[in-house]
Amino acid sequence: MSRELTLRNAVVALMFAGLVLLPIYAHFANDRFLLALFTRIVILAMAAVSLNLVLGYGGMMSFGHAVYLGIGGYAVGILAFEGVNSGFVQWPVAIAASALFALVIGALSLRTRGVYFIMITLAFAQMAYYVVAGLARYGGDDGLTIQKRSQFVAPLNLSDKVQFYYLCLALLFGSLYLVWRLVNSRFGLAVQGARSNDMRMRAIGFPTFRYKLICFVIAGTLCGLAGALLANHSDFISPATMYWTRSGDLIIMVVLGGMGSVVGPVFGAMALLVLEEALSGITEYWQIILGPLLLLVVLFAHGGIDGLLKLASGKVRP
Amino acid sequence: MSDLLQVERLAKRYGGIVATDGLSLGVADGELHAVIGPNGAGKTTLIAQLSGQTRPDSGRIVFAGSDITALPMHRRSHLGLARSFQITSLFLDLSVLDNVALAVQAHAGHSFRFWRDARKEPELREPARAALERLGLAGRAEQPASALSHGEHRQLELAMALAVKPRMLLLDEPMAGLGPEESAAMVALLRGLKREVTILLVEHDMEAVFALADRVTVLVYGRVIASGSPAAIRANEEVRQAYLGEAEATHG
Repeated sequence: MSRELTLRNAVVALMFAGLVLLPIYAHFANDRFLLALFTRIVILAMAAVSLNLVLGYGGMMSFGHAVYLGIGGYAVGILAFEGVNSGFVQWPVAIAASALFALVIGALSLRTRGVYFIMITLAFAQMAYYVVAGLARYGGDDGLTIQKRSQFVAPLNLSDKVQFYYLCLALLFGSLYLVWRLVNSRFGLAVQGARSNDMRMRAIGFPTFRYKLICFVIAGTLCGLAGALLANHSDFISPATMYWTRSGDLIIMVVLGGMGSVVGPVFGAMALLVLEEALSGITEYWQIILGPLLLLVVLFAHGGIDGLLKLASGKVRP
Repeated sequence: MSDLLQVERLAKRYGGIVATDGLSLGVADGELHAVIGPNGAGKTTLIAQLSGQTRPDSGRIVFAGSDITALPMHRRSHLGLARSFQITSLFLDLSVLDNVALAVQAHAGHSFRFWRDARKEPELREPARAALERLGLAGRAEQPASALSHGEHRQLELAMALAVKPRMLLLDEPMAGLGPEESAAMVALLRGLKREVTILLVEHDMEAVFALADRVTVLVYGRVIASGSPAAIRANEEVRQAYLGEAEATHG
């Protein structure tokens, strides 16, 4: 995120401005659907931004990241079901539960590499999926309707669609700022060094395991918060939220937008969800169009959308 | 003579292959000690055990008075034992300066610092720049490491090892793949480092070894067959037969 004026930075600024102004447009166009779509985009962008920390910066191919969306969501859903509606309780529980789960998965999976790492993260996420699908009290397979959104103090009212959108957007911006600080800090460089060459990192004296683990936990925690938002947004939570294809969607957002670029995943989330919306209007088999598009990005544009923008700005490296 | 590094009856086998066979070796403080031997003599396995990448089956490694046999890699590094790799092992997607600064950072306390921009910390950047300066890479600091030539990669390897001011350097074939000119530059560089830091040099380039070493140890099949001054090794009949004759013949 350099401060000079390039095409890419202009596009990023425009996108942010567009996100900030969107509710105003939606209000005058009386388009409630647009606001709902973008609320969802902003929330999933936050999840993708958190995955990018693990995938793009840490080089850890986690295939179970959606599990934190589910954990955060179920923390809100279950507490609401049991009559605890305060967001001051629900959200910290969502965050703590995600952090704890990430700590356990990370501690076990980070001892492995490559395909094994992918399989273990996937296995844990699927395990969690079947566990919640078996919770008959909380709707099991069918999921759980959330009667009342998280309650905070007076002026803040999550049931107000515009307020909720701005809360989500503020948290997305906060996440971006957090990730940006993190990846440029000593911690971030240690994690990126481990991605680049783990053995060399250990040879020059870094206990890489603990840095990767903390990175994994931070990402899981952030995604858990996004999960709490998502449950509030849909007033519903079901096991499908943490199904492995949802983890795949998050990976697609990161790869499409640009791995290892702070704002890349926001591009990716927006591109994927807008495409999904537009293409599914044309055909039921919209993935037939999405598939080749993704293939092109993977084959010809390693840096994803953000990489292409940087290329167009004549700056290959940040 | 006090030995900075002592290796006692080190043994390592991979299945039926004995890579290290009861190897004992001492490296005195301040000396440049070369280890030579034909291919498959177990030189790289030895370096791997010294640096902690591989655990020996038996034997002991003592560095600066403490037993490091069971110590993991990163702890050895903190005791002042630095290593360069035979196959260039860098952070290719990071900048040249980032590579060296990471080495400095590894020895500047823990890295659970989440907020400050590490690329703006003089405490990390200045020693890194100084090391690059010393190796003649200062002009390329901001380029990605992947943009450097093979020779420059070897220099960068060394810059990373040196940036942390180690007590001892384990150099695994620093001349590998270098052209004659680059080799000569590397020899000059190592000569400049001598005395400043203790060096264990594993090298194929005999010219370089005899130009630099205070002592030479010859390995064959994981065993020490001779150890002594370069002149003594040159004159040693067993070494000639096992190794030098062959090497000189192939060098023509």
